[in-house]
Amino acid sequence: MPELVLQLTRAAFLALLWLFVFAALRVVRSDLYAASGLRAAVPGRRPSKGGATKPGRGGGRSSGPKALIVTAGALAGTRIALDGRPIMLGRADDSTLVLDDDYASTRHARISQSGDDWYVEDLGSTNGTYLDRNKVSGPTKVPPGTPIRIGKTVIELRT
Amino acid sequence: MARPAQAASRAGRTGGPGVAPAEMPADRTALRPAVAAAVSTRRGIELLLLAFAAVLTTGALVLVEANQNQQLTLQLLYLGLAYLALFSAAHVAVRRFAPYADPVILPCAALLNGLGLVMIHRIDLALALRASLQGNPAPDANALRQIAWVALGLTLFVIVLWRVRDHRTLARYGYTAGFIGLVLLALPAVLPSALSEVNGAKIWIRVGGVGIQPGEFAKILLTVFFASFLVAKRDLFTTAGKHVLGMTFPRPRDLAPLLIAWVVAMGVLVFESDLGTSLMFFGIVLAMIYVATERSSWVVIGLVIFGAGAFAAWTFVDRVQTRVAAWLDPLSDPTGATYQVSQGLFGMATGGMLGTGLGAGRPELVPLSSTDFIFTSMGEEIGLIGLMALLLLYCLIATRALRTALAVRDTFGKLLAAGLGFTVAIQVFVVAGGVIGLIPNTGQAAPFMSYGGSSLVANYVLVALVLRVSDAARRPAAEKGRSEPGAAPTPPRTPLAEAHTEMVSRSEAATPPHGNPVAPATPPRGRARE
Repeated sequence: MPELVLQLTRAAFLALLWLFVFAALRVVRSDLYAASGLRAAVPGRRPSKGGATKPGRGGGRSSGPKALIVTAGALAGTRIALDGRPIMLGRADDSTLVLDDDYASTRHARISQSGDDWYVEDLGSTNGTYLDRNKVSGPTKVPPGTPIRIGKTVIELRT
Repeated sequence: MARPAQAASRAGRTGGPGVAPAEMPADRTALRPAVAAAVSTRRGIELLLLAFAAVLTTGALVLVEANQNQQLTLQLLYLGLAYLALFSAAHVAVRRFAPYADPVILPCAALLNGLGLVMIHRIDLALALRASLQGNPAPDANALRQIAWVALGLTLFVIVLWRVRDHRTLARYGYTAGFIGLVLLALPAVLPSALSEVNGAKIWIRVGGVGIQPGEFAKILLTVFFASFLVAKRDLFTTAGKHVLGMTFPRPRDLAPLLIAWVVAMGVLVFESDLGTSLMFFGIVLAMIYVATERSSWVVIGLVIFGAGAFAAWTFVDRVQTRVAAWLDPLSDPTGATYQVSQGLFGMATGGMLGTGLGAGRPELVPLSSTDFIFTSMGEEIGLIGLMALLLLYCLIATRALRTALAVRDTFGKLLAAGLGFTVAIQVFVVAGGVIGLIPNTGQAAPFMSYGGSSLVANYVLVALVLRVSDAARRPAAEKGRSEPGAAPTPPRTPLAEAHTEMVSRSEAATPPHGNPVAPATPPRGRARE
């Protein structure tokens, strides 16, 4: 085999090998910026465009909170977009936000919408849910930016 | 538009968005496209990467044949296509059984495996040439046997994906897995040397010409065991103790599990004279304890007692002494005891940055160049640049496993995926570190690349388990309960180990919380959770 061809194929093979590595890295890149420990995509978060569903209360609002943000605790930095569906908080696998917090109950609390306002409601947790230092007993209105504390986890609604 | 909102509120009542579609058939069609849009399975990318891996493998094969002055025939293309077909079958199985699994792990493993096959074939050619020059009959082609192992490994891969539909079921067999794993780990030590010893290391079981290394399977079983053990007994490891140098040390009486692991690791080192298996086993234990407790003190304690034990073994065991001597001075006896290590270093030095080109080097000069020393063979022919790419591929597999551990939502899955990721990482460290002279050479197989059936088959099982966990991690909630067609959506069960004390006086299903602000008119319907 001629020397030149050998050199060229040698370099080309290495280039292809690295191209594979970069392709694989590119595939995983999208994950790097997503928050960990959370399946951010809540089913049905984006209203389907097919016209099968008319825009309900969930979509197209101009005011009111748009996202739920975890500001402290193991999941700090996690962000969930609000779409009108209730957010379930707790240790249970099927919660919207799965709290792996020693002080959280399986079904700890629910944050749900009524009109333009969001309400937090304790679901009979052992250690309670706190809205800005006050223990939540019944459904309580959550103003944007007010911390909701569950064990060591603190979440806020943001506009 | 009260209906979707009611459905949403009901979904909230009945435990989450996951059960809403099952409850309301009318909404299902509307919901499905949205789900598909939110989380793509990315199986197409996986197939694309597999095809890319096939191109690279075929290209490597063509280069080897060209440089070895073999005839370039269409047969090479068919071999490449056969490789692609084999992995496409695995891909179809992933598509069928774990559609949301990580798209990168399988192609990385496939490429490493393909390049390993090419290198094994290349060394076959060289050994056959040497034999014919010496007038001996050509040795058996290892590559063909390795292809059979690949087929077997992928078959097991598919079977694991097919039979293990939820990784949490494995937690139930934790102690069984631990027992079998320990037996497999210890078996070669008690078997007579004729059955278990190859080149001084008693880590084999050889029956009728076929040898397997049970330790390769033991590492997976023990990872399963440790994951379930740590989920159940996590508190044992997090009891507070003394604070020294910013670390919280456990109480001395809580050290028992670690000491047991240490005794096993030392037993493997002394009775099987294999540092690699011992280091790997203990490394996995330490990594998993660290993952479970987030306490660096465990790692410090573990490394200290392992170092002490290894030092004692070095003092008393001859074989360990020879290995350490060859590590400290690889050129002390270049024609005798350190021949292999020094030739491996010379091989990589010959390769340099760019390598000699596939098929243009002399990797076969290193004994065991297709198994334990495949890294030096690769280093010689594709150079440092190529070797780094291979190491990055291993790195990708390990990081994807760790990423899976972060994303999955049950503790057992987290520990299992992290443990399996560390298994790959530690094994590569032991092999690569051994051949480049970073640690004493140990004689482990490089995952996916080295010639050797046990390692290959075990690592495909490992990949299948990681894919299973990552499927659970990335599967959107609405898909849960649909994985078994026709099965009723089962309420998610909290494993008993994770269940926490709760107030039971206010049962959620019996008395719904009052004053639900969303849809007070809708009666609660807990059907899906009954």
